Amino acid sequence: MELICPAGTPAAFREAVDAGADAVYCGFRDETNARNFPGLNFTRDELTEAIGYARRRGVKTLVALNTFMRAGQEDIWYRAAADAVKAGADALILADFGLMAHVAETWPEQRIHVSVQASASNAEAVNFLVDAFGARRVVLPRTLTIDDIARLARQIRCEIEIFVFGGLCVMAEGRCSLSSYATGRSPNMNGVCSPASHVQYRREGDALVSVLGDYTINRFPAGEAAGYPTLCKGRFHVGDKDGYAFEDPVSLDVMDQIDRLRDAGVSALKIEGRQRGKAYVAEVVATLRRALDASAEERGRILARLRLLSEGNRTTAGAYEKRWR
Amino acid sequence: MMRLPTFFSMLAKHVPLPVIQQAAAAMLTQIVRRHGGLFERLGEHREKRYAFLPSDLPLAFLVEPAIPAVSVSRAQRPPAADAAVEGPLFMLLALMEGRQDADALFFSRDLTVTGDMEAMLALRNALDDSGIDLPGDLGAMAGPLAPFVSRAASGVRSRVLAEGNPSWN
Ligand code: SF4
Repeated sequence: MELICPAGTPAAFREAVDAGADAVYCGFRDETNARNFPGLNFTRDELTEAIGYARRRGVKTLVALNTFMRAGQEDIWYRAAADAVKAGADALILADFGLMAHVAETWPEQRIHVSVQASASNAEAVNFLVDAFGARRVVLPRTLTIDDIARLARQIRCEIEIFVFGGLCVMAEGRCSLSSYATGRSPNMNGVCSPASHVQYRREGDALVSVLGDYTINRFPAGEAAGYPTLCKGRFHVGDKDGYAFEDPVSLDVMDQIDRLRDAGVSALKIEGRQRGKAYVAEVVATLRRALDASAEERGRILARLRLLSEGNRTTAGAYEKRWR
Repeated sequence: MMRLPTFFSMLAKHVPLPVIQQAAAAMLTQIVRRHGGLFERLGEHREKRYAFLPSDLPLAFLVEPAIPAVSVSRAQRPPAADAAVEGPLFMLLALMEGRQDADALFFSRDLTVTGDMEAMLALRNALDDSGIDLPGDLGAMAGPLAPFVSRAASGVRSRVLAEGNPSWN
């Protein structure tokens, strides 16, 4: 199985390559990128340089153009695709069917990966994208169990990539409107969920209060690990109960299921976190590389320390072994 | 992460502000000279004012990338800033070099951020990509003594990082 690693800056990209990535994914500094965060991402020149760095070391570069095109502004996405192809991207990670059609028609040889944002989660949807646009790989949403993935793998005609570690987006991606509702900006259209422009942290005595737009998302008492003010991980009053209505502030970690994932037919394991720093990327990639190459018994020990880097300092197997509330 | 020995915070209380101000300004000039593209990633956030508040020093530092300039004040009178980050001095320095993961330190509550989060995020990302290496950058200011200063500073850094949790590099 390939290890697919995130990079939000050229420095993080080099760290990922040096730490043992099989492929690194990244994107441009604009709205074509579902991680369109301030100060993050690549200029055209930086991408070309990064691809060269990776290629010289036998590592692939996947370029994410994974937001949805705005009617009348398609040119922004078409230009980004042309520039990524010209820079030598090994694959484009796409969510918008219109953009997939454009890429398949203009560069029939270019490898297309279906982004998780496209939310293709059943055999009909995936095979349609394979037949219509020649998609070679699908990144599955984090809503399926390992058994679901194994069933799907038997029915589809392309490779499967899944998220194994990092931030956890718990909804059908590309369809979640929570961020739009609270801030008017969404990962699907603007490349940001719960954007920093709408975030505030306030100290109330010893407690840390996180606020998104007009909503209080969480209140962390002294000593409790904090999390991002992401809406789906907020602590709310629901009926007569207080608590996490959707998901706790935890990160995804299914690295202890590597053997089951391999048996299920997964060909690539993806690490989330293009918005994280190079120190995180270096640590996580090196550790997961070692875990992948280690025996099942050794794996637990190797992975234990990664918990400290995770949101809420805790991890979950997410939907892969979900018991919904 | 290791906190600054109390001796230094006592010392900082008694050193006149202009002396500290001059040293901080020289440091910033040197860093900007060696990392020309440092503030380019900030985009529109270059105009913002960033406060660094070491929790183990009675001082506050205000950085204005647009000028670029740094001003130092006593901690009791923190400067007006668009965004601020507070934590032990060594942690702030490690963040400048991208040697510690800011998110992990935030999750564990070692670090507090307030104000304009977009600006703070942009600065974090700009610093992370810049390749700042404090022993190397500041050592170069020491002229003929550069190799000794760099080596001593690297030694201190290794010891400090080794005590941190989580820490690496
Ligand atoms: S609110 Fe949560 S589920 Fe919705 S897009 Fe953001 S991270 Fe995903």
